[in-house]
Amino acid sequence: MVVSGQGRLRQAIRVWLPIGFFLVVALFPFYWMAITSIKPNSELYNKNVMPLIVHAPTLKHYVDLLTKSSFLLWTWNTMLVAVVATAISLILGTMLAYPLARMRFAGSSLIAMTIAAIYLVPQPLLFIPLADVINHLHLGNTLTSVILTYPTMLVPFCAWLLLGYFKTVPKELEEAARIDGASRLQTMWTIFLPLCVPGFISAGIFAFTLSQNEFLYALIFLTKSSVRTVPVGVIAELIRGDVFYWGQLMAGALLGSIPVAIIYSFFVEHYVAGLTAGSVKA
Amino acid sequence: MTIASERLVVSARAARRRAPLAAVLDRQSVFSWLMMALPLAFLAALVGYPFFYGILLSLQDRPVAHTGTFVGLKNFITNVHDPVFWRVTLNTFVYTGVATLLKTIGGLGLALAMNQHFRMKNLVRALLLLPFIVPTVLSTVAWLWMLDPAFSVVNHLLVALGWPKPGPSWLGDPTLAMVSIIVINTWRGLPFYGITLLAGLQTVPADLYEAASIDGAGGWERFRYITLPMLRPIIMIVTLFSVIFTFADFQLVYVLTHGGPANATQLFATYAFDIAMNGGQLGLGASVALAMLPALALLIVVLTLYLRRE
Repeated sequence: MVVSGQGRLRQAIRVWLPIGFFLVVALFPFYWMAITSIKPNSELYNKNVMPLIVHAPTLKHYVDLLTKSSFLLWTWNTMLVAVVATAISLILGTMLAYPLARMRFAGSSLIAMTIAAIYLVPQPLLFIPLADVINHLHLGNTLTSVILTYPTMLVPFCAWLLLGYFKTVPKELEEAARIDGASRLQTMWTIFLPLCVPGFISAGIFAFTLSQNEFLYALIFLTKSSVRTVPVGVIAELIRGDVFYWGQLMAGALLGSIPVAIIYSFFVEHYVAGLTAGSVKA
Repeated sequence: MTIASERLVVSARAARRRAPLAAVLDRQSVFSWLMMALPLAFLAALVGYPFFYGILLSLQDRPVAHTGTFVGLKNFITNVHDPVFWRVTLNTFVYTGVATLLKTIGGLGLALAMNQHFRMKNLVRALLLLPFIVPTVLSTVAWLWMLDPAFSVVNHLLVALGWPKPGPSWLGDPTLAMVSIIVINTWRGLPFYGITLLAGLQTVPADLYEAASIDGAGGWERFRYITLPMLRPIIMIVTLFSVIFTFADFQLVYVLTHGGPANATQLFATYAFDIAMNGGQLGLGASVALAMLPALALLIVVLTLYLRRE
């Protein structure tokens, strides 16, 4: 088919006008974050300077952030919590999902629905009693408090996502192993789980980003600077009431976003697959 | 003998060869419950127990660091007579309703725009997902700065377009503050809608559209009578999902307005937080949080049943 020049132009407008609009709206806050973080205060707080570009870029805010606040420590805490909580959630989630995907037993559909329902319970419904529980266990201001509570959202989530993935894996290999006399545990461990690496990657990325994103539990349980995660540290300690903190704040917001953005850019296909797994029938 | 029953006999023989304990452990139900015991115990301890403990707390007068006394429904009666509580209820419904509507319409628009052929589609899709990926608190801080009373870049652009100086007070005016949190919630949630609906659009068979075109259907008719009905299940799931988490939103409001000005953007979650964590009244706070339960329970049951049917 021959497309005339005018037709092609019209086609390009039809594509890029809406897409361009969505891109500008989606990305402008990140541009603003980045540009604010490298502006000197003399530009930031001067209304007569055109604000959309930087005239004299500086790394001062980054230096201040890394040397004058506990940002590096918060980053370490966030990573540690996210990695451990994700590992726990993948293990416990698999222990739920495998029997539900492969075994026939009374109560299995009730358990599956309970897990879906728990996944949908938002944190604000539970945070007050949970705060009391954490206090009673003397876990306030320890990373253990969030490592224990993040999996309450992540385990049902991983179980649900993995359940969907497990059902797509063919059963023949497992059946063959069973006929050869392997126990159920051996079959699961040596035959089945190695086939499910893509599912673990999807669930793992999701769990990791959700951990990095978590705010409410961290805000309540972690009130000392030395144990804080990035979101709580940034909100609680970098917003200080005087006006001259925006450069550092934006530097912190940008640096705090980068780990998630990098991981996600490597695994975006898995991420989209996971995002749509629950809502699109394969 | 059919293949299936042959297999049964073979695996039964294999089972008999094992020791008695191993044979018991090999039963599907025994294996399943043993495997699930640890995660189920974990969820019972840290979701089930707090849930019922929260109900108990809501029936107590319970200042922080003191033992509680049972007061029956007193906290709930206090809420009914608290004008702020009703303001919060209204706010939560307005916030959830308008943001969901905007996300559904905008998400559908985004999905339709993305469902065309163009270069660098994967890159565009990855970039568009960023607002949904980046930790909410951190992107919300960027918005807080963009709406700053003195140095708002949004107002700078508005004034450049002819708006009278100094421009609107986005977070200082009660109505505009509500508008702001709705817009930012939409900004963050729209990619989730768009990408999920896009995945749905790609499953609509192309021959349906061709057949409709041959029958003389125009663009709008194809959308109305093919696209929308085919997408309905996905729209339902995404919408219910997003309604649940918008209804119980906390972070965005906590960072932007703390519920102000004058409770104009106070939601159930932030109000419960104020009462319990700042005011130290755990019982009353728990009762405010539990006020979300009827609506949430209904939504969760509907969505769970819907997911199961799918």
